[in-house]
Amino acid sequence: MTSFSPGTFAPAPGRGRLSRMLITQARTEFVLTLRNGEQVLLTLLIPLGILIGFTLLNVVPVPSPRVDNITPRVLALAVMSTAFTGQAIALGFDRRYGVLKRLAATALPRWSLVAGRMLAVLGVVVVQLVLLSVVAAGLGWHPHPAGLVPAVLLILAGTAAFGALGVLLGGALRAEVVLAVANMVWLLLVVAGGIALSVHALPGPLSAIAAVLPSGALAEGLHMALVQGATPWGAVGILLSWAACAGLLASRTLRLS
Amino acid sequence: MNVTLPAPLAAVEVRGLIRSFGTVRAVDGLDLRVPPATVLALLGPNGAGKTTTVEVCEGFLRPDAGVVRVLGLDPIADSAALRPRVGVMPQGGGAYPGVRAAEMLSLVAVCAARPLAVGWLLDVLGLTGVARVPYKRLSGGQQQRLALACALVGRPEVVFLDEPTAGMDPQARRLVWDIISRLRADGVSVLFTTHLMEEAEALADQVVIIDHGRVVAQGSPAELTSDGTQRQLRFGARAGLDLGALCTALPAGCRASEPRPGGYLVEGLIDPQVVATVTAWCARQGVFAEDLRVSRRSLEDVFLELTGRELRP
Repeated sequence: MTSFSPGTFAPAPGRGRLSRMLITQARTEFVLTLRNGEQVLLTLLIPLGILIGFTLLNVVPVPSPRVDNITPRVLALAVMSTAFTGQAIALGFDRRYGVLKRLAATALPRWSLVAGRMLAVLGVVVVQLVLLSVVAAGLGWHPHPAGLVPAVLLILAGTAAFGALGVLLGGALRAEVVLAVANMVWLLLVVAGGIALSVHALPGPLSAIAAVLPSGALAEGLHMALVQGATPWGAVGILLSWAACAGLLASRTLRLS
Repeated sequence: MNVTLPAPLAAVEVRGLIRSFGTVRAVDGLDLRVPPATVLALLGPNGAGKTTTVEVCEGFLRPDAGVVRVLGLDPIADSAALRPRVGVMPQGGGAYPGVRAAEMLSLVAVCAARPLAVGWLLDVLGLTGVARVPYKRLSGGQQQRLALACALVGRPEVVFLDEPTAGMDPQARRLVWDIISRLRADGVSVLFTTHLMEEAEALADQVVIIDHGRVVAQGSPAELTSDGTQRQLRFGARAGLDLGALCTALPAGCRASEPRPGGYLVEGLIDPQVVATVTAWCARQGVFAEDLRVSRRSLEDVFLELTGRELRP
């Protein structure tokens, strides 16, 4: 009665090439992020708007040259938006839609469920970096040459820290809760975590707290690197510590659905 | 000299499986065995433990007690070796909300060494027209078909399908039946869950009915529906006939009832004498018995007898 020819589904199991699996997973998630309107708003349009707006409009006092002082903070914001907020929300909803279970049922190794996501996040960060740098350059940005390599290092460490925190949040709670918490934390860190205002400009104890938050460490570190040409090892250390702690915790709390 | 061949390794072997969630024991000492290249249907009311059983076999849940082997391997300890050989269709599918159907299937295909052609599989499952539509905008039936495609694309030896035809229209359901038949003929072992008796009856070599996490009956559909004596005679006539006289006329052990208005049912050992009694009674009532037929119990009758008729939450 069957209309399929014999042997159509004859078993021929086997694992695909690991590199191809990982790259395909990362590419799929990368493309999905750039196709998602809310994600593009969060990761590209808001940082771009802030960069252009605060450079051109003299609404808040910023030391000049304005663009040199604004760009490092916008880069920190972009990394945090992608690796933490965007990634946590996507992970929360992917779990809801059964993606992790679906992928966990394939030959894809378990560690690559997270590694693939991180690779996709890194891809988006690169796009942000290129786009924001080009626009900033158009606005007259002159980063300190000695700070470029440290800045890349900081961005990698920052992506790791925020990425691990994003997996920790997005991998443990219900999608709606993740959405609310991720946005709230984003706003808190922007306002009081050393992104919008320098850690030094925050009042009293908040200043000390913000300095060891990943947001404060990344923004201050990028500022020191790109404005002063310094290599802020302290900030790199703080970010890597966050990455290690959150990553370890997330590996225990990540749930597939 | 007698040579005893070793029994062929079961595709799926579950012995004494127990799995609880909090204080609820979802699976309570379950045994089942899927011989190679056969189809087993797991039937049961909502909450009977079907999905839990399947998820333990897939390695998503750790059993509290008991032994589970798929192709002779432990689904959790030997997960890496086992997963490439197993196809899984989770309940409710599984895909990124924004992913296009073709992208999702391609991603799953890349994970296999010798996958089926993605374009062909989409075409066979009627998904070519929606290949570029995001998953969350597919209909329930289309999402189910994509999930089935993902389960099959890696050319597995064993396939677990959790409610594969839920939400499908009759055409799609027939297609899935067709595919399951072909899978078995091609040597693939299939374990699927369903609410549809017709589906279990049409496809399964073996039906296992479970309730409250235990097996309440198992066997081939024919074994389950015929116990040699219990048979049924059904006919249609004017609603509301008085069955008193008929019940007295029938031999002991036969009962007559009107399960729905105008639909009559005689249960018991139905022999030619019983048929004659019924038609004679109809003649006396001045009614014509329409659609008179003698049948075995249906799988649904068996199921309802075993699991009760009350609604489950």
